[in-house]
Amino acid sequence: MTTPLLSLQGLTKAYPGVVANDQVSFDIGEGEVHALLGENGAGKSTLVKMIYGLVKPDSGTMKLRGQVFAPPEPRAARADGIAMVFQHFSLFDALNVAENIALGMENPPPMGDLSARIREVSETYGLPLDPFRTVGDLSAGERQRVEIIRCLLQDPKLLIMDEPTSVLTPQEVEILFETLNKLRSEGTSILYISHKLEEIRTLCDHATILRLGKNVGECVPSETSARDMAEMMVGATLQTPERSGREFGKVALDVSGLSVHSPSEFGTALKNIHMTVRKGEVLGIGGVAGNGQDELLGVLSGEILTSADAIKFNGQPIGKLGPTARRKLGVLTAPEERLGHAAAPDMSLTENALLTGSVREGLVRSGFLKWSEATRFAEKIIKAFDVRTPGPENAARSLSGGNLQKFVIGREVLQNPDVLVVNQPTWGVDAAAAAAIRQAILDLAAEGTAVICISQDLDELMEISDSFAALNEGRLSAPRLTAVLTVDEIGLMMGGAHGMEVAHV
Amino acid sequence: MLEKRPQPSKMWSYATPLVAVIATMVFGGVLFALLGKNPVEAIGTIFWEPLFGEFAFYYRPQLLVKGAPLVLIAIGLSLGFRAGIWNIGAEGQYIMGAIFGAAAGLAFYPLEAWFIFPIMVMAGALGGWIWATIPAVLKVRFGTNEILVSLMLVYVAEQMLASVSLGLLKNPEGFGFPGSRNLQQYESAYNAELIAGSGMHWGVVTALIAVIFAYVLLNRHMLGFHIRLTGEAPRAARFAGVNPARLVLFCLGLSGALAGLAGMFEVSGPSGVVSIDFNVGYGFTAIIVAFLGRLHPVGILLAGGLMALTYIGGEIAQSQLGLPAAAIQVFQGMLLFFLLAFDLLTNYRIRAARSEVA
Repeated sequence: MTTPLLSLQGLTKAYPGVVANDQVSFDIGEGEVHALLGENGAGKSTLVKMIYGLVKPDSGTMKLRGQVFAPPEPRAARADGIAMVFQHFSLFDALNVAENIALGMENPPPMGDLSARIREVSETYGLPLDPFRTVGDLSAGERQRVEIIRCLLQDPKLLIMDEPTSVLTPQEVEILFETLNKLRSEGTSILYISHKLEEIRTLCDHATILRLGKNVGECVPSETSARDMAEMMVGATLQTPERSGREFGKVALDVSGLSVHSPSEFGTALKNIHMTVRKGEVLGIGGVAGNGQDELLGVLSGEILTSADAIKFNGQPIGKLGPTARRKLGVLTAPEERLGHAAAPDMSLTENALLTGSVREGLVRSGFLKWSEATRFAEKIIKAFDVRTPGPENAARSLSGGNLQKFVIGREVLQNPDVLVVNQPTWGVDAAAAAAIRQAILDLAAEGTAVICISQDLDELMEISDSFAALNEGRLSAPRLTAVLTVDEIGLMMGGAHGMEVAHV
Repeated sequence: MLEKRPQPSKMWSYATPLVAVIATMVFGGVLFALLGKNPVEAIGTIFWEPLFGEFAFYYRPQLLVKGAPLVLIAIGLSLGFRAGIWNIGAEGQYIMGAIFGAAAGLAFYPLEAWFIFPIMVMAGALGGWIWATIPAVLKVRFGTNEILVSLMLVYVAEQMLASVSLGLLKNPEGFGFPGSRNLQQYESAYNAELIAGSGMHWGVVTALIAVIFAYVLLNRHMLGFHIRLTGEAPRAARFAGVNPARLVLFCLGLSGALAGLAGMFEVSGPSGVVSIDFNVGYGFTAIIVAFLGRLHPVGILLAGGLMALTYIGGEIAQSQLGLPAAAIQVFQGMLLFFLLAFDLLTNYRIRAARSEVA
């Protein structure tokens, strides 16, 4: 057998109170696309950070082509040919593509040479990108290309990708896969982290599954069913969300002729939006990030005010009401950004339960807070949504992303909303938790709540929504019944033409 | 190397002020030793003499007199600071409170009546409130920076103080000297000691009430929760339904009113006279007190006491040991420096860096 590109042996990393990685060993072969699978908190990020030199293992060894490999910092890892595309992009909106790439380089060449190289790489790998465009104007998919090209310029031996497709349209995913396949054929190895099992099945040669920090199994994805992989990940049998046949009631939320400017400079203005949601209906709103999703949520939550008649709840105009007044009526929302928007990072879960629960849960009496009842509400959320935390006194930032997401969604669901608007309810959440959240949303709809689910995960929207509309540059397409839609039609509705032509591969 | 804690350490958030005071004593001692003084004696003079020394009967009331305005102003500032609203101009609001309060009292001179002092209290609060509401309104309407506007208004207030001392409020029987009538000699307007020789005047009582009020507000009331939420995560606060403009008006207005009250109690009590050099920097020192007290009401109460102690102890050390005034100021500066430095340990822990992998 040939020497693997990277061989991990018995890697262990413990943080106070939790063992993030426990004796993890596996090999990544030359020119192999290797999937790393696992629930949130399974230790995928820690493992990847050790390979990239951000975290040092407590014990265990890594070997790169047979040589001992222990990068003290990311720069050393990059010098040895490891490159990484992070889940969250680190780009400056106000700079152009070439400038952003130059910022990440040790010795950037002159701008002219650099932009020529960016063009060259982007054409070789079928990632069309103009080096002189401002990053603030790019779609999420295009931003990801900037990150990928930044990595490819280093000529990496191993490319690590953390959840790369979560922000892409189906067409963009296809382009990405062509690129990755081309890289593989040139001998570059790829370590691919994702929750989307179908993608892993089409793309990856080999998969390692982590659970609670331990390597619990390996498989060849193309020969294993998605369900089997998910069950290995979770360590239990998985429930698929059930939807009972529902009758829709009267129109609960009616948005008509809604246009607003975005409060932020690189935001998207909403243009003449019309939609209605009936009681018991789930309206899915798809679209690539940055096409007005944040603004739409802000308008519905009451953070951005509009003319009164633009939004009606049960016939009553609410466009001018703030968040508290809307909560009182029964219009609840859960924003995408967990830390800093849906929850205050340094505050306890009890305080975060109070953040939106004060009105409907009666946690305030003539301005004074009822702490014990707020704690009880937080405990109720933790219990009902299986939020893994020692208790409600812990700070929100101490929770893993998936657990905090369960808390944030649970907080709204348990308040019995009449209208619930969620943005990216399962972003970065593991399969089991995502299924639980989707089931909760469907249960709520079955009880007659009108639900709007804004998401970039099309599989999710197909699974839970009754009708589907797409946001594109602040415009909303006319909603259509989900049951009769094909993936291609959805792609067109999303205006999925962000550099659609798979350029000159 | 430093490692971020998963959540702030409770233990360290209480321990840092103590550690900072101890570190200040050690390094202050070194400083005094370098100046050729006995460090133990110098530190002892600063911290011991005012409380338990031979002349403590004289210094102890002074602690209350100096501490009360610091605490009163710092409490108001801390509410704004908690919400990320930076009122740096408490000194100006303090001056305006004194001018308004004194003017209200002197308007009735020489009438003696029970209602004069309460009116002065209200006028003092009003003066400070107006002066702080100017930056608040400008911020809300035009997006100006409240730090700059409130600070600039300090200098405007100082000019107003000079102007009224020489003009509007000048004592007609003062033989042409600048400064107003002495309110200590005007019974209805005099903020006298409530118990003779204790230093306890209405300002001290108000400061204690403010501490309790702020504590209840921050820990038990929705408004206090919104203040903390706005400081921690402004976007989450908007999501929770906080109206940022209203919060700015409230926090700046309240801190201004409290600073105005402090000025009014000072001018009608310990100082007695509106004069050009009436203000001695309480409004700026209160910023240090607010941070020294971790923006926590009880902490501010303790910090105000400690600050007053170093002021009075410092003066004693100057006169008895001949320490230069600058050395005392360096000593006070050290206190803030160490506090902020050790503060890091609340959110981070120190870990021995390891260069090789085991």
